[in-house]
Amino acid sequence: MLDDFLFRALLAGIGIALVTGPLGCFVVWRRLSFFGDTLAHSALLGVILSVSFDINISLSVFAISSLVALLLLKLQKTTNLAGDALLGLLSHSSLAIGLVVLGFLTFIRFDIMGILFGDILSVNFNDLLVIWLGGGVILLVLWFIWKPLFASTVNYEIAEAEGMKPERVNTIFTILLAALIAISIKMVGLLLITGMLIIPAAMARNLSNNPKQMVILSVIGGLLSVFIGLYASFEINTASGPTIVTVALILFILSLTNNQKKY
Amino acid sequence: MSKDNILVKVSNAGVFKNDKWLVREVNLEIHKGKIVTLIGPNGSGKTTTAKIALGLFKKIEGTVERFTNSISYVPQKVSIDWTLPVRVIDFMVLTHELKPDEIRDALNLTGVEHLKNRNLRELSGGEFQRVLLARAISKKPELLVLDEPVQGVDFSGEVALYGLIKKISETLQCGILLISHDLHVVMSATDYVVCLNGHVCCSGSPVDVAQNRYYKELFGNKSSQLLSIYEHDHNHVHSSDGNIVEEAK
Repeated sequence: MLDDFLFRALLAGIGIALVTGPLGCFVVWRRLSFFGDTLAHSALLGVILSVSFDINISLSVFAISSLVALLLLKLQKTTNLAGDALLGLLSHSSLAIGLVVLGFLTFIRFDIMGILFGDILSVNFNDLLVIWLGGGVILLVLWFIWKPLFASTVNYEIAEAEGMKPERVNTIFTILLAALIAISIKMVGLLLITGMLIIPAAMARNLSNNPKQMVILSVIGGLLSVFIGLYASFEINTASGPTIVTVALILFILSLTNNQKKY
Repeated sequence: MSKDNILVKVSNAGVFKNDKWLVREVNLEIHKGKIVTLIGPNGSGKTTTAKIALGLFKKIEGTVERFTNSISYVPQKVSIDWTLPVRVIDFMVLTHELKPDEIRDALNLTGVEHLKNRNLRELSGGEFQRVLLARAISKKPELLVLDEPVQGVDFSGEVALYGLIKKISETLQCGILLISHDLHVVMSATDYVVCLNGHVCCSGSPVDVAQNRYYKELFGNKSSQLLSIYEHDHNHVHSSDGNIVEEAK
């Protein structure tokens, strides 16, 4: 039986899976998993700002995550610190600042668990609007930059030499990731969004031999995780976000059997 | 060579990286329908020079002017990560669109049409080079930059591929910047040779360069017998790391 809130949760989950599928493939291809984590952690600061100043949560998360993303790109060019150290620095300092600021907000009742792990069952109509409109824009932009982005993923120097402007599309892609985190934080939570990005894409890699196929399978994997995960969380009464990610993991493990046959 | 045939002009270019000059004071021009070859020992700055010509360095000394945007590049080293499933036919359309028969024709030219549905990671070194070259050619570029394009290719294939490169430069009238260690080929199929060792040591037609003292030092006397006899003087002497230690009297 489809209760009203479950139906909204389903729509939200579908919307997010459609976006995490293709973005997740690029995250896996470009080895950006930890980068996604960093953006997600910085989102906590965005959430807290939104609560403090009463601004739209997606907007403030998008602003803070984009800011951190651009800061990171800038730092990568100007310092000699290794990439992963830089990521750790930004990731944990933004998380720490977020929690410190949270300490000041004793007057506000704040569901920290909901922010960390998401609460897909509390999705309202406005959230759905943000997910589908925002997700639509993300996919549209990705469609436009697909070719140069893919070329620079395969080989940066060929892409640059042949005029595909890899630096510009890389920056745009980073902003798209920040936007995805902004629209999905309420549903999936900041600790689990990277899981939604990576696990279905990793599963798809085990089953595919070309990029297009991998994107399609990644979307299908994400959708299946949402369907099965939501149903399971409703039946066995578990938190929806973690259940969805667990289902994704099970799908990944199943896909490994195919992988071993091929190699 | 007329002015409007020029594709790239590199003037006094140099790159300073990690506290040393990778290459300095490089001057070269690439013209339509001509093959320019860079030779020199390992670490002499051949790849760096090619990248300067392509504009891949943000900060360089000197200037590079490019008069075309239609460029194909075969880098020295391309590695494809396991996470990235790319078949040969996906790779062929990496930076431009091609019809299926254009893909087939290009792969046919380099003898790897039968590999078109294979994953790039399954190819051998030589097969991969042939795919790289096919992709670069299929674009019908005005400027083709080839960094050791036939490395790992078997001997008969090597001869055929160099023949192909020569033919491409004639039929497409494109300018080619070639990096190669095969002196036989360089000397027979090239219009202009630039000999590098941290800077331009000597340059000119293959005949001129072959008789240069520096070239003989670098590649041995035998190598200059690949061509006819003609002598001119080298005006400086190198230490083992390529630095100039002595100006000519």
